[in-house]
Order: sequence, then structure tokens, then C-alpha cells
Amino acid sequence: MTGDLLNLEGVTKSYASGGLLARRTFNAVDGVSFALDASRPEIFAIIGESGSGKTTLARMILNMVAASAGAIRFRGKALATIRGRRARLDFMRQVQPIFQNPYEAFNPLKRVDRYLYATARRLAGVGRKEVDRVCDEALRKVGLSLAEVRGRFPHELSGGQLQRTAIARALISGPALLVADEPVSMVDASLRMSIVELFKALRDELGVSIVYITHDLATAYHISDRIIIMQKGRVVEGGDARTVLDNPQHPYSKLLKSAVLSPDNAGIDAQAATHASDPNTVPVNVRSV
Amino acid sequence: MNARPHADGSADVMLDVKNLRAYYVMKYFGTQREVRAVDDISLRVGRNEIYGLAGESSSGKTTFIKTIAAAIRPPLTVVGGSIRYSFLDRDIYRLDRAALSAIRWRHLSYIPQGSMNVLNPVRRVRESFIDFALPHMDLPKQRFFAAIVAHLERLQLAPGVLDAYPHELSGGMRQRIAIALATVCRPDFIIADEPTTALDVVVQKSVLELIREAQREIASSMIFVTHDMAVHANISDRLGIMYAGRLVEEAPTAEIFRSPKHPYTQHLIASLPRIGDLSAKRALTGAPPSLAEPPSGCRFHPRCPLAMDICRETHPELVSIDPRHRVACHAVSPAVRPDGVFGATAKQRTGLVQ
Repeated sequence: MTGDLLNLEGVTKSYASGGLLARRTFNAVDGVSFALDASRPEIFAIIGESGSGKTTLARMILNMVAASAGAIRFRGKALATIRGRRARLDFMRQVQPIFQNPYEAFNPLKRVDRYLYATARRLAGVGRKEVDRVCDEALRKVGLSLAEVRGRFPHELSGGQLQRTAIARALISGPALLVADEPVSMVDASLRMSIVELFKALRDELGVSIVYITHDLATAYHISDRIIIMQKGRVVEGGDARTVLDNPQHPYSKLLKSAVLSPDNAGIDAQAATHASDPNTVPVNVRSV
Repeated sequence: MNARPHADGSADVMLDVKNLRAYYVMKYFGTQREVRAVDDISLRVGRNEIYGLAGESSSGKTTFIKTIAAAIRPPLTVVGGSIRYSFLDRDIYRLDRAALSAIRWRHLSYIPQGSMNVLNPVRRVRESFIDFALPHMDLPKQRFFAAIVAHLERLQLAPGVLDAYPHELSGGMRQRIAIALATVCRPDFIIADEPTTALDVVVQKSVLELIREAQREIASSMIFVTHDMAVHANISDRLGIMYAGRLVEEAPTAEIFRSPKHPYTQHLIASLPRIGDLSAKRALTGAPPSLAEPPSGCRFHPRCPLAMDICRETHPELVSIDPRHRVACHAVSPAVRPDGVFGATAKQRTGLVQ
């Protein structure tokens, strides 16, 4: 790992709380390091429950908040040194976000295509005549077309369509890195896996690296190449996704894995309930852990 | 497999919903517009049973539970059908306000998705208990609080939470208090609306266990609504699948997961990601339909891999293919089998389940 795409070294973000006398600092992210290579696009999953610092980490990678300590480098350039409109736009062209709830990411009173056009014009620098073609191309990469989206308001699209539109918008400027913060948790069950499979296709066909932030171990297992598991701001375990999730070592990783609800023991409780309602048998809880 | 007499016997039915239609009816300048969010749903929930209701957004599941809880405000209107609870001698939506508040919490309680909606943010948890439970428990205050503390201890909650404000507690803790509130009067029937959706995986599991324990302890019946099939697998005794305002399949949970019959159910189960499984997941084409203009015939036909001509014209009735398994699909229902195809073969044809 040379980390020539993205390189994090001991990244820490601390917040102060309390008044003058009882001042305490709290590390939301505490000494996180990892690296992504430009030559090998991958899906890198960051897993943890709420409060583990995964969203703060995403905001630091997107340069929306500055790290308190440590360094984040994108293509060798420290994010802290990005100053001025031109440099900032150049960074935004290459690193794009996808947010959790597409209904919150888009203004409900504005048409969705407006966001596509604005990104194409301002970030990608596309001329007025080319805008439609560029937007349509981006939408086709996610299985939509401009005809389906043009003039629509967010409520006129399904959650899956809107999240695809958000991904298409992120692709317009041809980014090398996408930071997706819980991108499927608000999407309907019948459409969720199509978004997850889309990430795989983006990696394989467009060579985009994706930082995939989630609390869902099952989808992380499904698509990611490497993962890190975070607890209270610290990385407790990391490595190849399959190796880590098949055989977690750290107690917290084991706890997370044991908490995943498996569809495979469907109805086991129903049988337990049958026993429980029969007065002749002692109630037993046969739920497997 | 399951010897409990419920759902089929009439004596032990706690909730009997027949041909329920609840529409959002809007009138603008003389023209009337209807959104058929609950369209002809019939189901029964037995005593001591957790009935799971699954469906994605805009499938009508929230409208359904609003209707059976008699939280009906215009434009939502009950157009037809009946909702009978065993503790009531008439349809719940015909009760007046006073009668409703007499049965709410005592007989019928509710666990919400966001517990902030139940707990008043500017009052201590203790006052929420006084507001909700005291009028129904008919106890002097001291004995009332002794009962509350005993109940909290049974649910492994420290009595100290009574003096906390909701914002001082974590989401999981608040959800546990909402469960304690909903079960403290030992109601006959509990409606749980996505109670774990907002929670983390680790917390979700323990909250589910708590719901299960509380439900068993007070032996009440429950309708548990969530879109997450993995949650249903771990809590529901029986499962009903809703699609676009209709019930499309219903069976004991193990049966639904073992042999789903409706193509939509098959898709929901086949597309569940599992640790240890790397096979590519197929997605359905299209999106859930708008309830204002539902598709003709079977509402699933535009997305169905098995769609036939008949599916576009007539909507399939929910029929029993087995005493405890009902399904609404032309491809599996014995009445209109076009080519003698029955469940298993139709399932293989979709290729969704190996």
C-alpha cells in the first residue's frame, strides 16, 4: 500500500465539552490510519455503530471538517493545505459524497435535474450545449436516463431512483473517490441490493474507489474488499473483508457479528413460543446467539 | 408444526380484520381523488401471537396500523370492512373519543418507531408514566410507582431512569422505556411500528429480545411492522407481506422463508444479503407503484418476472393453498392455474430461489 490515492495517518478529531472549569475533550476519531491505492480501485468499508466516529471520519475525508491531529493526503496533497476556490473545486471534482437519505440531500422544492446541471456546469466545467449529454451519460451509468429524471421533484422518484440520481450526480465530474455514508439504509428492501451491486459495477467498470460507511455487516461482506471496524473512534480490527468477517478476532467485532440478525433461523422463536404457551413444558429460549 | 390454536379457530382470535378498505379521500373543487392505501385486507391475529407485517414504503402498512388503532383523521377514511378486537363488541373505528381513550393503553397499546414521539421531551420519564398509565391502573400513587418500578426491573431497566429527561438517555434506552410504557398496563394487544429501525445492530438485537420477553410475560398479541425481513425472521410467528395496499402472502414465518410462493416474497427473501454468501443479488425492475394510480389487475405485474395476460386484467384473490398459507398470485393459485403449474414450479421458473 503506497496510499497514492488517499492516505490517512493517525487522524484524530477531538471536540471540547463543558465550561471553562470543567473542560473535557472527547476524541470522536482517534488515531485512524489507512491507505488506498490509485492503481487498484477498491471498496473500502468502515463499520461501526452510531457514536463510533465513522461519519466524522467521512466528513474529514471530504474536507468538510479539519482533523485535530494527524494528516489526510489525497494524491499526496494534505487536505489542510487546500486553500482558495480553485483548489477547493479541484478537490471536489475528484472526491464526491453520497449521503444517507436522498430525500434530505435534495431540496424537496427544487427539481432534481437542477443539481445535475449545477454539478456539470460548476464542477465539471461543461458548456451550456453539452450539459444534457453529460448528465444523460452519468445517469445511464446508474441505469437511469435524463428523460426519466428531467423536471421531476424528489417526491416523484422512488428512494432507489433518487439515490441512483445522487450517485449519478457524484459521477458527473469523473471522481476518483466516492465517500458513501450509509447509502442504502434509507432505500427500500426490494431496491437496496441494486444500489449495492451498482457500487461493485462502478469499481469494476469505471475504476472508482469507494469508501463505504455502514453498520450493516451483511452488505459490507457482500461488496467490500477491505474493511475496518471502529469502536469509540478507534479502529479495533481491519483487513481483508472476507477474512475479518468470517473469523473476527476482536471482542467488539465478534459482538457486532453476533448481533447480525440472520434470516436463517426464521421461525425458531415461533417454535419456542409454542413450547412457552404449553403449560406442561418449561419455557426455554432456543434462540441461537 | 405449530400446535397452537390460533388464526383458524374463532375462539382465540384477538383481532379479526375483514375486507378492510381505508382510503385517503381528497376533494378539490368538486373533483374527488382517492389514494387506496389499504385495499381489501383480511387477516386474523391469534392470542399470544406476534403477527409480522412486512412491506416497503408506500405499501400501506402504516395506514393499516393507523386504521386498526383507530387513529383515523381526514383525509384518511374507512370506506368499508370491519375491525373486531376480542375485547370490543363493535368495530373500533365506530367508538367515540371517550371510549377510545378508555381502551387505549389498557387494552391496546403502541410502540412507536421514534420513542421521542411518545416521551415528552420537556418532562421527566416519570411524568410520561403518570400521563399514560396512571388513569388506567386505578391505584394510589405510591402503589402505582411500586408497580412501575417492579415492571422496569422485570425489563432490566434501572428505576433511576424515571427521573431522567428523554434527551439524557440513549436511543436504545428510550426505546426500552417506550416498550415498558406500552406493556405496563398488560394490554391485550400491542401494535409495534418499526420499533427497532432507528437503532444500531447491537442495540436492535437486545431490544428485539426485550419485546419478545415482554410480550411473552404478559401474554398479549402483537402486530409487528417492519420492512426488514431479517428482523421478521427473528421475532414474528406469522408473517403477512403487503404490496401496494394489498396483502399478497401470509404464512408462518418459517414457512415463508422456507417456501415463499409469491414472486415478490421470493424476491425479498432471495435478495437478503448474508455473511458467507457472495452470489450476485438480482434486483427487481421498476419501483413500487403509486397508490394514487395503481396498476390494473395484479398490482405487482409491471415488476413481475412471471406476468401473464390475466395478471394485467384481473387482480388475484388471496386464496389458501394450505390451511395456514394464503397467497394472491395467478401463477400459484390453484383456481386459475393456466397450465397446471403449482407453487414449486412457478418458483423455479422465476429462478429467484435455488
